[in-house]
Amino acid sequence: MLVLILKILIPFLLIFNLLPLLIWVERKGSAYIQDRRGPNRASFFGIRLGGLLHTISDVIKLITKEDIIPAHVNKPFFILAPFLVLFVACVTYAVIPFAHPIEINGGIFTFQAADLNVGILYILAMSSLGVFGVLLAGWSSNNKYSLLGGLRSSAQMFSYEIAMGLALLSVLLLGGSLELSALIDDQTAAVWRWNFIRNPLAFILFLTAVFAEANRLPFDLPEGESELVAGYHVEYSSMKFAMFFMAEYAHMIVGSALITALFFGGWQVPFLSTEFLRTNAESGLFMVLLAHGVLFMIIGFFLLGKFKSGKYGDKRDYEVIVIGLPMTVIGLALGLYTLLHGSFQLGDMGRQVFAAVLQFGVFMAKILFFCWVFIWIRWTLPRFRYDQLMHLGWKVMIPLGLASVAGTAIVMVL
Amino acid sequence: MSEIFLFYLFGGLSVLMTLLMIFQTNPVASAIYLVGAFFGLAALYVLLSAPFVAVLQVLVYAGAIMVLFTFVIMLLNIRKEELVYDRVTWRKTAVVLTALFFAGFLIWHFLKIPVVPFAPVEEGFGEVHKVGRLMFSKYLIPFELTSVLLLVAIIGALVLGKKE
Repeated sequence: MLVLILKILIPFLLIFNLLPLLIWVERKGSAYIQDRRGPNRASFFGIRLGGLLHTISDVIKLITKEDIIPAHVNKPFFILAPFLVLFVACVTYAVIPFAHPIEINGGIFTFQAADLNVGILYILAMSSLGVFGVLLAGWSSNNKYSLLGGLRSSAQMFSYEIAMGLALLSVLLLGGSLELSALIDDQTAAVWRWNFIRNPLAFILFLTAVFAEANRLPFDLPEGESELVAGYHVEYSSMKFAMFFMAEYAHMIVGSALITALFFGGWQVPFLSTEFLRTNAESGLFMVLLAHGVLFMIIGFFLLGKFKSGKYGDKRDYEVIVIGLPMTVIGLALGLYTLLHGSFQLGDMGRQVFAAVLQFGVFMAKILFFCWVFIWIRWTLPRFRYDQLMHLGWKVMIPLGLASVAGTAIVMVL
Repeated sequence: MSEIFLFYLFGGLSVLMTLLMIFQTNPVASAIYLVGAFFGLAALYVLLSAPFVAVLQVLVYAGAIMVLFTFVIMLLNIRKEELVYDRVTWRKTAVVLTALFFAGFLIWHFLKIPVVPFAPVEEGFGEVHKVGRLMFSKYLIPFELTSVLLLVAIIGALVLGKKE
């Protein structure tokens, strides 16, 4: 029971701690893409941490702000809508496996909350429920802009769900299962067995559809500021607005996790299979620790090298030292400890845990990379016009999706 | 024990949601309550060890069909004045009473049937592979006929839509 609760709680907390960080990356990344400095004003006794404190002040602001419920809204649904959106974004994590299952005392421990044999259909079902949150928010606000935003969004999510389903279908044909864990097992550690190489068309279709489902640019028509002010969440304030905001980022992370699991081998470490990791766990641990020590030292030295007295003329000068010095020390300690300790002795359990931790790390790295792709594309491409969006969805992506399914099926039979 | 509890929880949820759906004047609210009822039904399917049907229930009914319904209702933009409760007339009362009588009659006869415990389901019952195999072997012709029916409906909708 406790294990189950932990299994549910840990991915959830992980994702929710990732949200503010992603918002920071979005702001800072967009700033550098647009050749700006980005947020750097919020400070705590003069310590600014390059804008990281902005997310904290944002959270405090959003929680303490007055929560306005406008007159003439449909109150129950107005309140229900943000909860629904966030709920749908959160429950999808249940079926995502984070590492290869390990054996404890003969029993098998999986790194996912629920190993459903209809895993992918469950994800599709949940994401299709997400439309209701947006629709309800748009309709219950009793505002023309909101209603239009909600209608646009539902039409868009609807259109792209078909293409998404078709792309998924070709992946299912390749893997021969609806279980995410089985699909990841099927891809193996060899990179050329990963689905984005075996079926690049499905990958591109799925990527596009995920962007449309998450309402991210270039598909953020539901909240096209220039036409609809902010679309379906224009009447929301305080934490209710923040819930829509959080749901958008949670969708991004789910989308990245799905892309990774379906097309980039999930938790598979490139070229290193689980058996290989387990048999070579002792030298592997040695190398990983040493690499971390070196990495920490490099970052630490880089930061320390940037120190220049009187650069800004205030406490910001010392930020690089405050972060750089501990990193160097940690890196040095880790490296020296590993070198002096020599080889490690791991039991059977230790080997499995080492493999699982490494796979989890690789999975998270892939997810973060795709989160960055989301942000990168948002600040690179302009927004579609509405008719272009519908044209792309129905006349380009669905035929391509059908072609992908037919092609995959033919190749599989041959 | 927990299964019975879950059955009553989700069964009650579906019944409650369906009743709420019927007693709403607002069509959008009705549609949303119907989605809630579908959700309860899906949970009941899971309890009947048919997870595939459960997920399809949510995916197709709640996710696809009801979204379209809600979409259309919102586009119709019905004003508040048009939304009134039906008046109770003698005729309607008579209809309802007759319906209740027959329902009671049926329920009474159903209750007289002795309860026979079902045989336990075999391994893998209700999973995708089994359902798929059944659909493409034993029930192939009904399955294909259904597809043709759906195709006819799509073409019909297109023809009707093109008329103007």
